[in-house]
Amino acid sequence: MQFFKICIRSWVKFGLFFSQQIHDCCMFGGEDRRVGSRTIYVGHRPCPANEVFIPPKFCDNRIVSSKYTVWNFLPKNLFEQFRRIANFYFLIIFLVQVIVDTPTSPVTSGLPLFFVITVTAIKQGYEDWLRHKADNEVNKYRVTVLEDGRRIQKESEKIKVGDVLEVEEDETFPCDLILLQSSRDDGTCFVTTASLDGESNHKTHYTVPDTERDVESLNATIECEQPQPDLYKFVGRMHIYKNNEEPSLRSLGPENLLLKGATLKNTQSICGVAVYTGMETKMALNYQGKSQKRSVVEKSINAFLLVYLCILVSKALVCTTLKYVWQSKPGQDEPWYNEKTLKEKETNLYLNMFTDFLSFMVLFNFIIPVSMYVTVEMQKFLGSFFISWDKDFFDSEIEEGALVNTSDLNEELGQVEYVFTDKTGTLTQNNMEFIECCIDGHQYKYRDASSEVDGFCVTDGPMNTEREELFLRALCLCHTVQVKESTEQVVPPLQEQRGFIASSPDEIALVQGAMRYGFTFLGLESKTMKILNRTNDVEMYELLHVLNFDPVRRRMSVIVRSISGETLLFCKGADSSIFPRVKQEEVEKIRMHVERNATDGYRTLCVAYKHLTAEEYDQVDSGLREARLALQDREEKLMAVYNQVETGMNLIGATAVEDRLQEEAAETMEALQGAGIKVWVLTGDKMETAKSTCYACRLFKRNTELLELTVRTLESPGKRREDRLHDLLLEYHKKTVGTLDYKSLNWSSQDYGFIVDGATLSMVLNSSSENNLHDYKDLFLQICQNCTSVLCCRMAPLQKAQIVKMVKNSKGSPITLSIGDGANDVSMILEAHVGIGIKGKEGRQAVRNSDYAIPKLKHLKKLLLGHGHLYYVRIAHLVQYFFYKNLCFILPQFLYQFFCGCSQQPLYDAAYLTMYNICFTSMPILAYSLFEQHISIEMLLENATLYRQIGKNAMLRWGPFLYWTLLGVFHGLVFFFGVWFLFSNPALQDNGQAFGNWSYGTIVFTILVFTVTLKLALDTRHWTWINHFVIWGSLAFYVFFSFFWGGVIWPFLRQQRLYFVFANMLSSVSAWLVIIVLILLSLLPEILYVVLRKPRGPYARQVVL
Amino acid sequence: MMASSYSAKDEDGHITVSGPGGGTLRNKKPENTAFKQQRLPAWQPILTAGTVLPAFFIIGLIFIPIGIGLYVTSNNIKEFEIDYTGDDTSSPCYNCAKNFSWNNTKSCTCTIPFQLDQPYESNVFMYYGLSNFYQNHRRYVKSRDDSQLNGNIDSLKVGASSPMASRKKKKPSKECEPYASIDNKPIAPCGAIANSMFNDTLKLFYNDPNGTSVPIPLTSTGIAWWTDKHVKFRNPVGTNSNLTAVFQGTVKPVNWHRPVYELDTDPENNGFINEDFIVWMRTAALPTFRKLYRIIQKKNNMAPTLPRGNYTLVVDYNYPVRSFEGRKRMILSTISWMGGKNPFLGIAYITVGSVCFFLGVVLLVIHHKYGNRNNSANISN
Repeated sequence: MQFFKICIRSWVKFGLFFSQQIHDCCMFGGEDRRVGSRTIYVGHRPCPANEVFIPPKFCDNRIVSSKYTVWNFLPKNLFEQFRRIANFYFLIIFLVQVIVDTPTSPVTSGLPLFFVITVTAIKQGYEDWLRHKADNEVNKYRVTVLEDGRRIQKESEKIKVGDVLEVEEDETFPCDLILLQSSRDDGTCFVTTASLDGESNHKTHYTVPDTERDVESLNATIECEQPQPDLYKFVGRMHIYKNNEEPSLRSLGPENLLLKGATLKNTQSICGVAVYTGMETKMALNYQGKSQKRSVVEKSINAFLLVYLCILVSKALVCTTLKYVWQSKPGQDEPWYNEKTLKEKETNLYLNMFTDFLSFMVLFNFIIPVSMYVTVEMQKFLGSFFISWDKDFFDSEIEEGALVNTSDLNEELGQVEYVFTDKTGTLTQNNMEFIECCIDGHQYKYRDASSEVDGFCVTDGPMNTEREELFLRALCLCHTVQVKESTEQVVPPLQEQRGFIASSPDEIALVQGAMRYGFTFLGLESKTMKILNRTNDVEMYELLHVLNFDPVRRRMSVIVRSISGETLLFCKGADSSIFPRVKQEEVEKIRMHVERNATDGYRTLCVAYKHLTAEEYDQVDSGLREARLALQDREEKLMAVYNQVETGMNLIGATAVEDRLQEEAAETMEALQGAGIKVWVLTGDKMETAKSTCYACRLFKRNTELLELTVRTLESPGKRREDRLHDLLLEYHKKTVGTLDYKSLNWSSQDYGFIVDGATLSMVLNSSSENNLHDYKDLFLQICQNCTSVLCCRMAPLQKAQIVKMVKNSKGSPITLSIGDGANDVSMILEAHVGIGIKGKEGRQAVRNSDYAIPKLKHLKKLLLGHGHLYYVRIAHLVQYFFYKNLCFILPQFLYQFFCGCSQQPLYDAAYLTMYNICFTSMPILAYSLFEQHISIEMLLENATLYRQIGKNAMLRWGPFLYWTLLGVFHGLVFFFGVWFLFSNPALQDNGQAFGNWSYGTIVFTILVFTVTLKLALDTRHWTWINHFVIWGSLAFYVFFSFFWGGVIWPFLRQQRLYFVFANMLSSVSAWLVIIVLILLSLLPEILYVVLRKPRGPYARQVVL
Repeated sequence: MMASSYSAKDEDGHITVSGPGGGTLRNKKPENTAFKQQRLPAWQPILTAGTVLPAFFIIGLIFIPIGIGLYVTSNNIKEFEIDYTGDDTSSPCYNCAKNFSWNNTKSCTCTIPFQLDQPYESNVFMYYGLSNFYQNHRRYVKSRDDSQLNGNIDSLKVGASSPMASRKKKKPSKECEPYASIDNKPIAPCGAIANSMFNDTLKLFYNDPNGTSVPIPLTSTGIAWWTDKHVKFRNPVGTNSNLTAVFQGTVKPVNWHRPVYELDTDPENNGFINEDFIVWMRTAALPTFRKLYRIIQKKNNMAPTLPRGNYTLVVDYNYPVRSFEGRKRMILSTISWMGGKNPFLGIAYITVGSVCFFLGVVLLVIHHKYGNRNNSANISN
């Protein structure tokens, strides 16, 4: 059944498999070329070193995203299409029909297959043509190459590694470049990487020191790692040779690398040397196909298909057996009136059996229709438009609506059991505001119209100006904020309107906060930071090093030198990462404030500083330089130096920044919980902050009992942390799971909330190996699953994904949904069944990796409860209906075999066999699956509990499947035997003339088409004009077609089987009567079922309305 | 510029994967149309006991009378059936059946006396019925050449001896094998169906009480579908109108006694448009079937078509069925507006009607008992 897994998916879709291309492109060195480093000769000038100059071979700068050429399109595309095993299956059926003498003409299965293959091929061809066009546009773009002192215009695809290129403002870089020279004085240039990661702020890149002057005559080699896809990592070094001097060494990092796809801004022109080209650029490497996510519905389809395949095979087996049993009776196999041809007589008995089996397979193969895949794909594809069309998802702030990245998962939105949400930017707005700070244990609060100096006041205790200023300087210096360069005006803009750009909104809030208290950050110019202090003097600090922020350290530092020559290190970061690194006596006063602020829901940061003596600084400086030059493990080495420096600091104070809740966050969360969805908050933030956010969005309520499993609760005197963890886990487990067992009636009386932090989580997850008594993971999971909401704080991005994975793989494999807005949520977005990106402030990474993107958290409610619910009901019904209608289509054909000596005589004419799924019954179900609203969207949004009704794949479990199957069997039996009884006397016309076998088939088929369509009409709760048109239209078309088909002697047909059969049928009163009574009889149980089904709350109310 | 547009496209490499909106719909407020917002005006019928109840009663009330009418109609149809297979030693056709051989040139005749208890008014239709005869066997059903039967002269051409030439020239379809040709001469009409055409001759005699045996006139036209006789089946039109000449160069089917152009003396009922032949060519749906053989037209308004009394059926026994354990019958039947005698429809209508009516009653009870409670519950809400 593998074939249905790989499945069909792809009638409509295609990914770019770049990795394949890369291999194709650059494999000549073998795999080992990818490890190690590459050497680049700048400007292809041989270096004077003793090495022999071997022009290294790299792939050219041609981007190939297209898959086909004109010549190989047909064979390659066909090959690709038939590699999908579903297509292959239908091809085999078709070939069997061509080769073996089968009852139905090859056209019946060939036509639909041909149609599908052609449509797919046209679509793929068109896509590929677009890609060709885009490729050409890029590859033929003119770029300026500096060669031997001249400027040469070249096509972009001809760039070779080592070429020195000149790029002008607002141009994009044609390949990955090392920045050698910039038109700006300070050797920097600004770029935006909007098309790479969506971040539209300007990023500063630096030239390699000392290469500024003489690009034309620069003689250097660059040694760097082999291409790798991480956009933010690059290590390399440059050897510069100057007239027989000892080559000087420069370290190269991501700040020197300009990525293909980024755009040069605010800089007139730059020169750079190409290091990675074409398919080896980081951009190209990043376009690897996302792993396909498959929905539960698809798994159900596969399971059902398996059942139907079994039915198909067993039907064929039964018929083959019966055929030979029947034939073994004397005179039956070859009566005098029906002799075999010579060839048939001569064929081997076993071969005959085999071909008979194949023939039966072909005769019954309509039970697994090609058209179902097409319809499912169409439904998904077309249906997903409704999400992006929904005006409720439109956010006027960012002028965008929802974005659908994949249409495969529409119905999965109706099946979500766990929602994992990020806090910052998702639950909250990520719109930071400086609220207060605490210096030396004194609280400072900003008040607007107060009489105090600068609105900066101490609410408790005395002022300490010196410490205050130190604190504010620290805020002003310790960040990576840039001042937005307004047009070069002399007049400084109004302070409040000064624009800052930074990757983290916290930093902006802090710098703005400092500005309000009198210290204004004026900007960074050639490594000098300028600050306007309270007395309106400009202070200058030389920026020596920036110890960048990273989520593991959870802090960042700067080392600056003041005018007076003091070297200072300022550090800010999360309390947990700062407190252990400062002198302990200062901690307590501030910890109190920090904790109080955190409980108020503010984001807190602690600020510390340290004086560095000259020796200390030299040591640090050399340590950092050395680490930065390292080609391998650079990160680790840097980290070690950072950790070494950031110790023994003095704590100055802490800040509190407010991050407001998203609009309607609480309502959304409540609705989700009402829908039976468990909401877990996964955040990197502090526990207290996250907890207060949870209270604010009503994830935790007043009566929720909180179970805490954090570093704090683990610390108890006299016990090992592992033991304590063990005890706590058991205790909580008893509380949550234990009570559930024997008091299951009122289990909901007590809500539990569970809080766990990253450190403890890793203990839990890693402990299973040593403690074999209890698998902590299981315990932990059980606790979590019995809590209404879970808060995981202090999470690293990978841990978020781990949690999602753990829940995803737990018992019952619940459907998970991750929602987040930042790069740190990408891993969990990719991990969950459904990933939702919020079009927030932290770049577009989450959106790009998501399956659906919405502007705000509040839209999640409609996405799940409204769209998700409807999509699920629609597709579930579609799938069940399709199986049903093909079962009752083929069952009469199967039964007929018992009455025709199991000779594979088809009951229906070939035209009917072919058209049944394509024309007569396909459109109504497609319309149904696009427009059905069994409950109106408003009602769904109002009553979140309705979501529970379809939970756990309710409509596609074996129960409903059995119901539909039985219905199909019942209908098939009624159709066949109803007409069979009628044909006990085939003289059905009032002139005494008799009907033959094709009339029999046509009567059955007419009943079939009408019943199946009317059955759908009975299920339709929402009749738009489209439904009316399509349902009645299909029936009318059937009648029209039958008249037409039977009304002409078709020259291309070998046998005119249906000639006037339909018209003659309609001239018989008996046929009319039997059609009417059998349709009614078939639908009777269905009507009864609908009526007797007790109308549930919403239904009942809808009735009243 | 360009690379960014490239990358945008490329990003939309997902666009292919993505459904809608891969980029084109961005920055645009979705249109507020009823269609796009899924707010098309819709009729939302809900089947409840209240709406279905009257429907059930109405269906019951309509179906039961129809059913009774059908049942009565079917019962009023007079049908007489006589099996003349000749299996039994006591059967008059026993000898004919036993001594049957394909080589017999002279047909064996047997006479079966029978008695009609009731007079048959109006037209009487005479059928022959066969049992255990698989006219719906696939090998059999396809063994015909409709193009030949439609008068296509090419399908009567002599198949050339070399395979190369034979491909160019049309000849009887290969579906007709092994009844397509003999000694390179095409069989007309070809195929198993035609070859096995029913060729017993049935004659009816009324034994007048005064001792004379009066032959009953049997009409052999009007027994096939009009469209079959006039459109689907056509005699080939040759250079001359003489059928014998047109069929020159063809041979008769193996089991036939006479060639196709000698089926009847009436030129309008000869050749491919012979109605007996057309009727036979419409393959039956089930292995037990009947086919219309002759019509006994009502003579005048006064006398019944077949009065009560004794009759004799004279059979020219040409058609062997014993080899496959088949049976042969002769059926005399009157016909109503619903066709031949078949109580099934009447019973079906009465059953479905009563079930509907019964369900209506049950539902009424349920509705009465529980509906009120539901209503009150709703009101209290």
